Amino acid sequence: MSRERFSQGAALLRPGDFVTLGLAATVCVLSMLMLWRGGAPDKVVIRAGGQIFAEAGLSRSQVFEVPGPLGVTRIEIEPGRARVASDPGPRQYCVRQGWLTRSGAAAICAPNEVSLMLGGGASDYDSLNY
Amino acid sequence: MIPSTIEIRPTADDGRIARLAAAAIVLSVAEAAIPLPLPGVKPGLANIVILIVLMRWGWRDAVWVALLRVFAGSLLLGQFFAPGFFLSLAGQTSSLIMLGLAMHLPTRWFGPVTLSILAAFAHIGGQLALARVWLVPHDGIFYLVPVFALAATIFGLVNGLVAGRLLRELSPPERDAGAPAVP
Repeated sequence: MSRERFSQGAALLRPGDFVTLGLAATVCVLSMLMLWRGGAPDKVVIRAGGQIFAEAGLSRSQVFEVPGPLGVTRIEIEPGRARVASDPGPRQYCVRQGWLTRSGAAAICAPNEVSLMLGGGASDYDSLNY
Repeated sequence: MIPSTIEIRPTADDGRIARLAAAAIVLSVAEAAIPLPLPGVKPGLANIVILIVLMRWGWRDAVWVALLRVFAGSLLLGQFFAPGFFLSLAGQTSSLIMLGLAMHLPTRWFGPVTLSILAAFAHIGGQLALARVWLVPHDGIFYLVPVFALAATIFGLVNGLVAGRLLRELSPPERDAGAPAVP
């Protein structure tokens, strides 16, 4: 191969170099997102009146209707997240929490004695207190 | 005196490779004195020399300089046959393979920066692979991948720019056949 071709007065950064740089930066960002996500949840635990009502995987969409002293709490599960869709409680705290996506996160509908908790993966918290 | 039956006549090539390897060794020893937060994250200054050798004298010479650097550098640092030596050898080997492939990229579009970044990524790749198989047989080691990738990007870019700049400063290969092209 010709050696001179390298020392011709070409620019220090050539177009392809920016492509390489972009790819390298992409690898950095992707590896951070993939490896530092810190515990994606893989299951949900629904409790009613202190007892486990249902345990389900977080891989497919489904809806649970959980009966409690005030009425029915509707819990929605979608791939990777879950929420309390509706609750008969007066203040609606658990509904307003919206979608839960992190392992260890919980929504508690205290008046209706229903709770929803995500588990699995490397949990960010050992336990949560409200 | 009894004349030795073995006669070694160093050629001009040998002399040049030795000079360049010496430069690379000096850089790796100097760099070992820089305190760094994480083992394995290093600027890899010796790669500047290896890049220059690759672009001026081809892959074969680059392999010589790089391997001499690994062996002599670890001897000087007292790391010979320590885990660090094998990690260094694994990283250097994979980066040389990567350079051997990447040097065939069209030079109109890809300059020393591309070679440097690709070599840096191959370097951490080889090191991580060996570390995963041998030293830390657990996937937890991949938690460090983003740090290594970021270091490879930054130091790859800087080393590539320095190598490109030095290549431009050096006179064309025809005229400096005897003179060391050591920065």
